[in-house]
Amino acid sequence: MPQFRKTSTAVLTSLGALVALTACDSTNSASGPSGAAAGGPIKVEASDTACSVSATTAAAGNLTFEIANKGTKVTEFYLYAEGDRIMGEVENIAPGLNRRLIVEVPDPGKYQTACKPGMAGNGIRGDFTVTGGAQGQSNASAQKTAATKSYATYVENNSSALETETAKFVAAVKAGKVDEAKAEYARTRVFYERIEPVAEKFGDLDPSIDAREADVEPGQQFTGFHRLEKDLWTTGLKPDSPQIADKLLTDVKALVAKTKTLQLSVLDLANGAKGLLDEVATKKITGEEETFSHTDLWDFQANLDGSKGAIAALRPILQERDATLVSTLDKEFANVQGLLDKTRSGDGFKYYNELSQDQIKAFASAVDALSEPLSKVAEVVAR
Amino acid sequence: MTSQAGTEEGTQVSRRKLFGLAGAGVALAGAGAAAGVGFDRLGGDTPAAAATSKVDFHGEHQAGIVTPAQPNLHFAALDVTTKDAKKLRELLRTWTAAARRMTAGEEVGPNGALAGSAQAPPDDTGEALDLPASDLTLTIGFGPSLFDDRFGLAAKRPPQLIDLPAFPKDKLDPARSGGDLCIQACANDPQVAVHAVRNLVRLGFGVTEVRWSQLGFGRSSSTSRSQQTPRNLFGFKDGTNNVKAEDTDVLRDQVWAQAGDGQAWMAGGTYLVARRIRMHIETWDRETLAGQEQIVGRTKGSGAPLGQTGEFDQVDLQVGGAGGTPLIAEDAHIRLASRQTRKGVQILRRGYNFVDGSDGVGHLEAGLFFLAFNRDTRTQYVPMQQVLSSKDAMMEYLQHTGSAHFAIPPGLTPTSNWGDGLFA
Ligand SMILES: [Cu+2]
Repeated sequence: MPQFRKTSTAVLTSLGALVALTACDSTNSASGPSGAAAGGPIKVEASDTACSVSATTAAAGNLTFEIANKGTKVTEFYLYAEGDRIMGEVENIAPGLNRRLIVEVPDPGKYQTACKPGMAGNGIRGDFTVTGGAQGQSNASAQKTAATKSYATYVENNSSALETETAKFVAAVKAGKVDEAKAEYARTRVFYERIEPVAEKFGDLDPSIDAREADVEPGQQFTGFHRLEKDLWTTGLKPDSPQIADKLLTDVKALVAKTKTLQLSVLDLANGAKGLLDEVATKKITGEEETFSHTDLWDFQANLDGSKGAIAALRPILQERDATLVSTLDKEFANVQGLLDKTRSGDGFKYYNELSQDQIKAFASAVDALSEPLSKVAEVVAR
Repeated sequence: MTSQAGTEEGTQVSRRKLFGLAGAGVALAGAGAAAGVGFDRLGGDTPAAAATSKVDFHGEHQAGIVTPAQPNLHFAALDVTTKDAKKLRELLRTWTAAARRMTAGEEVGPNGALAGSAQAPPDDTGEALDLPASDLTLTIGFGPSLFDDRFGLAAKRPPQLIDLPAFPKDKLDPARSGGDLCIQACANDPQVAVHAVRNLVRLGFGVTEVRWSQLGFGRSSSTSRSQQTPRNLFGFKDGTNNVKAEDTDVLRDQVWAQAGDGQAWMAGGTYLVARRIRMHIETWDRETLAGQEQIVGRTKGSGAPLGQTGEFDQVDLQVGGAGGTPLIAEDAHIRLASRQTRKGVQILRRGYNFVDGSDGVGHLEAGLFFLAFNRDTRTQYVPMQQVLSSKDAMMEYLQHTGSAHFAIPPGLTPTSNWGDGLFA
């Protein structure tokens, strides 16, 4: 848990470029008036194992997708641009329901469709090509608006998942189901760690949700995830564990509510992407974050995802201004991911204390190699 | 004194020659008095000063506190391994005699490295032969643990010598913390400082053992107005507003223990807080220049407070930026550490940069070895650090990995010894 970075916010404010973001942006595009969708609606049939899309090419403009959930799990549908930048999405499509997504795609290029049965993971992907249109005509400020909007969707998805998963984790703690709670712990924290730079905007909530025991200030109570981590792995559940669990859920709900009104700029995205990797370098590579559970690699992956999410949102701007930087970032992101993939175990990762010194060193060096180009992103988007 | 002084006979008097030339020390002391005032930028006039200058071992306060900070440090914390108070007292006398000699540029014992029996190990380890006094200062201190029941000193423990509380974000390594005693050696030449500590440790075998030690280079604050402000490993000037040797009123008020403070034997002494602060310099180096300056609250080049022009401009925490927000942020290091914010409380800092190789994953094991002297740690250092460790934006790049606290007794006369007040 790094400290609340008022510093970077202050720098950003003075540079201007703040863009208002509201949570309804993405829902507006999902349920707004039907636009002039070129070539009519594209039908998507989602099941628990497949995602069939009736057309895989379309002309640039407003695209309409009609999604039918024929499976047994609640699903989601996404249209991604390169780097997993979210162009549009619909969440929470219950089995048997049909939903419509209208998304504006002004630029031709390679995109991907994805259904996410169970609303988790990478989803079932398919290639989608957009042709024609007027590429690169957008001015800088429209690009920035699009970037922050895209990232707001990312934050919104992760914070709603955070709330859902925290509720499950808290319920397991309160029921005294230690094994279940332990299994839920790392899975839940993923959604927090992905949007940590955003969480840190709320100075009082971040420490109460995510402080390590050593970070606790005199006179302050040790609460949040890591307090429960200690209870679950080290001391055993305590009489006040249920209250701590309740407080965690209350704090997470407050955080999720606040993220909806947060204003982020493209510089926030750039600095957040870098901050997440710094967090990896100082807290995950040292095994400090998850002292009791040793689930640092789950957080590591989540920080990496979060960083990638922010860069994905900035991708069109970066691509136009510094294509070399983009390919360097792609290469280094892939390198770190490759190392992480080697430590996968089951549907999670090895525990930190199972890593060899060589593995730790390889992570540190790969993270440095990625962090260097990441530290240049802010200057490029600020131009 | 030019930079070539070191090559001229007569200017550079090595400790071997000194040993052969009884009485030369008097002339040397005269030369040293002038040299000590020199501008001491490392690589500038230091070699010249190193060639001849000495710091007086005797005085109202121990040397090495307000002495213009020398560029090199060897600090050692020791544990007493005997339970015999007499042996400890005897060692402190032996150390005093050895320190008196070494700070004068002499070998540690009368036979030195070469003049003793060929069948016995030499009196002096010899690595400082041919090297001058190099402004060596040796300062000694007593840790809280010395006042337990082993030596009957409990009633002598000053109330200011507390066990430091836990500070947020500390990651203290017990192998770099605490200690019954400490020796601080500062010198213009690192070999002279290391030689001094090595020989005192050697004299202590059987009575003391080293608990941990730290080498430092590039003093990271000034303790005299004759000195330029040095830079720390973050590249910022450090110690601009430090208490200086010339601020005698402030020193009396904030640094030197007074007779009525609780333990009369500490009058003229002070309390030393030692903290090993690891700096995450790799992530710092990826912070933008504007970001770094916001975190510190000063510009990187001149060291001027943000919104002001000169390094020594009185810090104005009110200077407004865009939208009326002060340029020096709420969580900026200098705001939180400033005299105004700390209600007039100050401490005398004497820190050193360190690089202890790398940490095994390719990052420099580097940072600041923070040494600070204050009259009452309870009301000066502790509240300041509570605020810094929980609010300072810089904490994201710092980690405190070692911690110790020592009572530094007053200075010595030519006939007194370390420990006299303590065991009186
Ligand atoms: Cu400072």
